[in-house]
Amino acid sequence: MDTSEDILHQASPDLVRGSETARRKRAARLSPSFVSWLQAGPMMLVFLAFFLIPLVFVVIVSFWDYNEYQLLPALSGRGYTDTFEGCIAQLPELCTIAKTYLKTLKLCFMVWAITLFIGFWVAYFLAFHVKSKTWQMGLSLLCTIPFWTSNVIRMIAWIPLLGRNGLVNSGLMKTGLINHPVEWMLFSEFSVVLALVHLFTFFMVVPIFNSMIRIDKSLIEAAYDAGATGFQTLVNVIIPLAKPGIVIGSIFVITIVMGDFITIGVMGGQQIAAAGKIIETRVNALQFPAAAANAVILLAITFLIITMMSRIVDIKKEL
Amino acid sequence: MKEGRPRSFYVLAIFFAAYVLFLYGPMIAIYVLSFQGPQGGLTFPMNGVSTFWIAKLFQGTGIVDLGAAFRRSLLLGVIVMIVTVVLSVAAGMAFRRKFKAQSILFYSAIASLIVPSIITSLGISLEFRIIDDLIKAHWSENFETSMGLLTSGLGAHLTWTLPFGLLIMFAIFNRFDPRLEEAARDLGATPWQTFRHVVLPIILPSVIGIGLFGFTLSWDELARSSQAIGAVNTLPLDLQGLTTTVTNPDIYALGTVISAVSFTVITLALGAIHVLNKRQVAKGSDAGKGLV
Repeated sequence: MDTSEDILHQASPDLVRGSETARRKRAARLSPSFVSWLQAGPMMLVFLAFFLIPLVFVVIVSFWDYNEYQLLPALSGRGYTDTFEGCIAQLPELCTIAKTYLKTLKLCFMVWAITLFIGFWVAYFLAFHVKSKTWQMGLSLLCTIPFWTSNVIRMIAWIPLLGRNGLVNSGLMKTGLINHPVEWMLFSEFSVVLALVHLFTFFMVVPIFNSMIRIDKSLIEAAYDAGATGFQTLVNVIIPLAKPGIVIGSIFVITIVMGDFITIGVMGGQQIAAAGKIIETRVNALQFPAAAANAVILLAITFLIITMMSRIVDIKKEL
Repeated sequence: MKEGRPRSFYVLAIFFAAYVLFLYGPMIAIYVLSFQGPQGGLTFPMNGVSTFWIAKLFQGTGIVDLGAAFRRSLLLGVIVMIVTVVLSVAAGMAFRRKFKAQSILFYSAIASLIVPSIITSLGISLEFRIIDDLIKAHWSENFETSMGLLTSGLGAHLTWTLPFGLLIMFAIFNRFDPRLEEAARDLGATPWQTFRHVVLPIILPSVIGIGLFGFTLSWDELARSSQAIGAVNTLPLDLQGLTTTVTNPDIYALGTVISAVSFTVITLALGAIHVLNKRQVAKGSDAGKGLV
């Protein structure tokens, strides 16, 4: 590729001659705002056609009627009433949808807490303990590469380790810690949480690292000079300054887990109910309005969580 | 203070190493297991070493029509990569000036990233179903479907890759020195010449990074494809389908083959980025070299 030095040599002779008029012509033809539209327009169109309009359709279709095999474009609340079936009649017992959402929130909370812990310390190590830029790049890359490989493969990769005859079980049997293979390690809530942590800690590491790398090192030195202990510096200087990253990472992890149906399906042996799985089940049964109604509910709850989280940070910033 | 590292360094270094082992260990396990002998099962210990399962995959006698799914995924991945690079660079340039709808585009990208994939996927499938119904009702009775790999499938993948592309462009232009462009302009370069000869060479390593994200995210995409891909399957969908039924190592073999493509692309991209960065360091600046 050309370097700036080459450019000057190559470009200047004819540039100097003909460009002034050419530039004026072009400027007359293309106003800056038109150029901006030309540049940003295609991406906007993609989001319009494949994201914004589809979301509108989800909301519209959630109010349509349906029978065994097709959509009926007539106003109906059936998608929602079917979803909340029994929620009032069964009180004080929880209905299926409420139980499913509680379960999803519980999974979400566990994965969030673990990924936050791991992500924070991994980012901390990379940002503050790795001094050389080259090492920092290399180690960050080491954390990123798995993100570029297949999620399903990274899920099934646990099978030979956690299964009935897997490495962990045979290892534990050999050491005599257990007599029978442990069954709860695979196709269980445990394996779901493990796989989710395995897949998505990356989403925590990157934003937290980004926040930490921007922290002025002299602030930390100042804290030490003023007599703060390592722990005090962490709590009073580093964590507050890393908060934007922590919140962004948390939003990523929570929205991913709330909508997940693949990891929960594969690692839960298709036995664990979750918010995302309801949608998949309804689609497979061709009950599109019910699927859409569930999507609207999931979207609303996810949006609520995000709003709450972004408020925490803004308030703290105001103080 | 500078001699020796604090104890926390060693504790965190061990923690980091454990995390890396946690990341890579299981993956390496299945790459090894895909070289099981013909009698081998799904778990360790290895029952001989062979390429039996990988060969079986390529013979087409195995579990899926690997060839067709492979070509489909590759085609889609390459198209997604090209579109992601072009649209992200263009939009990234637009964001350097103020323009109307700037915040709409920004929030669309962020929302597209964090709205659960299953919802986007469902929305796209509903959209195309409704389009199909309209076409059937008004134009052609025999119309099959407008859903497919390169219509709804491509769109679904772009809603996932474009936000990454745009965010990378923001990161690039955050540390881009606009004086370089001013200098080019002062020398009489047209906007296109400024872009082609000044901006693009400087941002090229990161643009390759966008391409890397574009291809690998599409190559492994699953959640958004699930409802929106139409009648055919991509490779990850086939793989996911196998997780419930298969009892021998061909699923690992398939996983290894898919990963081999990912790692080839990652290596090529990182290699290219490395070479370009080196050239920039070597030739990009004559600062401190005196008169040329």
